[in-house]
Amino acid sequence: MQTPREEPGTRAASGYGAGEKPEWDFYSKCTHCGLCLNACPTYRELSVEMDSPRGRIYQMIQVERGRLPLGESFVRHMDLCLDCRACETACPSGVEYGRLIEAARGQIATQYRRPLLVRALGGVFFHHILPHRARLVFAGKLLRIYQRWGFERLAAPMAGIISSRLGNVARLAPRMDNRFFTERLGVTMPAEGPRRFRVGLFAGCIASLAFSRANEATARVLSKNGCQVVIPSAQGCCGALHVHAGLRDEARKLARRTIEAFPPGDFDAVITNAAGCGSVLKEYPHLFECEGSELLERARLFSGRVRDVTEFLADIGWNRDFGAMRVRATYQDPCHLGHAQKIRSAPRRLLRSVPELEFVELKDNEVCCGSAGIYNITENAMAERLLKAKMLRVEETGAEIVLSANPGCLLQLRAGVAQSSNPRRRVMHVVELLDEAYRKAPG
Amino acid sequence: MELPSAISTGQQSSRPSPVAQKLIGVVGAEAVLWRPEDRMLYEYDGLSSRRAPDAVVFPTCTEDVVEVVKVSRSENVPVIARGAGTGLSGGAVVTEGGIVVSFARMKKILEIDIPNQRARVQPGVVNLDLSLAVSDAGFYFVPDPSSQKACTIGGNVAENSGGPHTLAYGVTTNHVLGLEMVLADGQVIRTGAKVWERPGYDLTGFIVGSEGTLGLVTQITVRLTRKPEAVKTLLAIYDRVLEATRTVAAITAAGITPAALEMMDGFTLRAIEEATHAGYPTDSAAVLLIEVEGLREAVEEEADAIEVICRHHDAREVRRARSDEERELLWRGRKNAFGALGRISPNYYVQDGVIPRTRLPEMLEFIGAVGEKHGLLIGNIFHAGDGNLHPLLFFDARDAKQTEKVLAAASEIMARCSEMGGSITGEHGVGIEKNELMPLIFSRDDLDMMRRLKDVFNPGGFFNPGKVLPTGKMCGELRIQLGGGA
Repeated sequence: MQTPREEPGTRAASGYGAGEKPEWDFYSKCTHCGLCLNACPTYRELSVEMDSPRGRIYQMIQVERGRLPLGESFVRHMDLCLDCRACETACPSGVEYGRLIEAARGQIATQYRRPLLVRALGGVFFHHILPHRARLVFAGKLLRIYQRWGFERLAAPMAGIISSRLGNVARLAPRMDNRFFTERLGVTMPAEGPRRFRVGLFAGCIASLAFSRANEATARVLSKNGCQVVIPSAQGCCGALHVHAGLRDEARKLARRTIEAFPPGDFDAVITNAAGCGSVLKEYPHLFECEGSELLERARLFSGRVRDVTEFLADIGWNRDFGAMRVRATYQDPCHLGHAQKIRSAPRRLLRSVPELEFVELKDNEVCCGSAGIYNITENAMAERLLKAKMLRVEETGAEIVLSANPGCLLQLRAGVAQSSNPRRRVMHVVELLDEAYRKAPG
Repeated sequence: MELPSAISTGQQSSRPSPVAQKLIGVVGAEAVLWRPEDRMLYEYDGLSSRRAPDAVVFPTCTEDVVEVVKVSRSENVPVIARGAGTGLSGGAVVTEGGIVVSFARMKKILEIDIPNQRARVQPGVVNLDLSLAVSDAGFYFVPDPSSQKACTIGGNVAENSGGPHTLAYGVTTNHVLGLEMVLADGQVIRTGAKVWERPGYDLTGFIVGSEGTLGLVTQITVRLTRKPEAVKTLLAIYDRVLEATRTVAAITAAGITPAALEMMDGFTLRAIEEATHAGYPTDSAAVLLIEVEGLREAVEEEADAIEVICRHHDAREVRRARSDEERELLWRGRKNAFGALGRISPNYYVQDGVIPRTRLPEMLEFIGAVGEKHGLLIGNIFHAGDGNLHPLLFFDARDAKQTEKVLAAASEIMARCSEMGGSITGEHGVGIEKNELMPLIFSRDDLDMMRRLKDVFNPGGFFNPGKVLPTGKMCGELRIQLGGGA
């Protein structure tokens, strides 16, 4: 990156503290050519350099150079980044922006003091609920009672009166399933027909409470494709949300637990249906680069076996005994599938193989829908703007089914559809559609 | 030159300057950046960094621009127009303070008139977005610089941008029908017409390529072009550079004008292939990427003729893209070339020069010799058809000596371009990068005429000061600073 001349000796001390920080090896690849600008959802909305990828990298460099404090302004612009990594797709220089923003957030997490309430809520969510299965299930049950017994209809408007943001949070909370997928932990499902593969299914934390159906569908579809599906009980949260929030130590703990839950040699592949989790599972080695080589090696072994379910099916040559699906469907690429994992053709190939399914491309499918993990809650205003733009594109397709391949995106798109002119439009995971098509197969 | 200083968190940054306050008064607080931590993000463009502006303002309509110009004029601060800031000659950076007028929020396509093949746009519309908007109707906007995913049409007008397809279709100026521009006194003028034929002086032609030194363009009427019925893309692979360069002149001598005729040397190819996996052969010395378009039958014939010429000049292999996907892939490598080359070394400096295409062979030899003399790695990407060179000089900005060598080598290459009867820029513009080199290709009288014309529009250097024409401050020397790293 080219930066202004400075007189020798005027260089101020770095604004970063101990621990991982944005590294020269990564940010020096940025030539500030600007090809990322129009790919960035926040730049498209706000049109200011501070909220563009190259601008964020520039700010990271200025903090290192001591020209910009690691303060409110810097934190604001780093917070507003969706970490969607559309800029990585646009970048001709191969800048690994995800690593930079995650490192910058690691610095913010350790160096910057947020308001008390934010710290308290974040602490409870990230440290005391997500990592612990029993507490997570307990919280899920509470939320289920709130959603089922009519409190929601009572409380959401009241929350809305107190603050519109709180109202949105109540509205965006994932709907809890009647039966949590956590009950299925420890189960092994046999392959249908001759066994071709033995795979471990990564179930996810919140996904196990609110996306049980997608998990069930994933297991069934894998079984249909000759996979013995093991759902190891020792697994839990993968730490993806922690990585995105810069909570790197907690993420490392969760990563170690996940790696141990899927021992090497046990499985041909570790399968996930959550693109956000998948991209972090595949990038576990980044977390251990600063640590001992033994851990790093184990992380590499583990990550090398992680496959998104669509990627895996496309790779093994999938079973095409589908029944016809007379429906028009469109597909929104999850950012962490398309941009982070570079998987764009696999889900499309799968969908195009379903008889009579009319697949229409969604314009701007490479632009984030605003979900971005918990971004739709923490940065609700921007998330709503992006969702509004996304829903306009969805309307254009005339599709009856909107598909994606990540729980967060499904949640956000469902919120969008619920407010749209056609609230009956279905929003589902690609594997859920494949599962339906298999069930419709004749005989 | 004023040195950029650290951001102060004290009192001085907590209130807008008087000029920023006046700007807020006319366009609103949401449309003005005045805090130092925000302004510092406007120190750079695609070339280099200089200093932060006094304020950045985001107009949304012509009226806003008029008000901003009036305020700036009354406060006696210069105005610098900015599109996406992807330019490679420093056209959007700030040389001596002033107001940056960002057109990023003036991005409406105002009118699409397909039957008459034209569109009227605000300057902040992204180049590719216009082509996408008219694509379903079978049209596109021809100028296609490598940055077309991000750069704005306003920026294209300022720099008179080119792209790989300029050989057959010309540069931006050939696709602009008319302009609306705000003058230094706030007056709004309209130039050109919706049709090609117009009487009087060609003010549109004068403004296109003026790099923001004449006024602020607020509306652009562009020509739309029908997409060709057929396109054929060929990749000719050579074991020796000389044969590739000779082929270029031979193709045009045979009366064929390809839509694009690009050359990349072997060093460049290997870097691109590693980054994009476009299927470029990594063991060759050079390739030509050739595209012909037009009516289906004619294109077939031309492609055959080109293949014969390539083979006559010892092409090792000539490939034809068999599908749209293959064609996209061949171009993806070329369009992402500069970025892909960023992987080779921490920094690189893209040069932009023009020579008569018949002299490509000796120029390449000269560039090789310059690299050897200074001990520098130089990659070559050319719009070979029109003799537009893009040598890339690799360096590590942390090495001051190497950085100086890069600047010296670039100057030598530019001087050679001028000696060969060429130009010091093909499409990146002059900006702050090459204004001191202008005397290489223009006499004192030539430059004086330009200066007099500029003064009519731009009294006292109000618009984009220090750009295009030599300032005389550091004559004959490149004043830009390259690199910096961290």
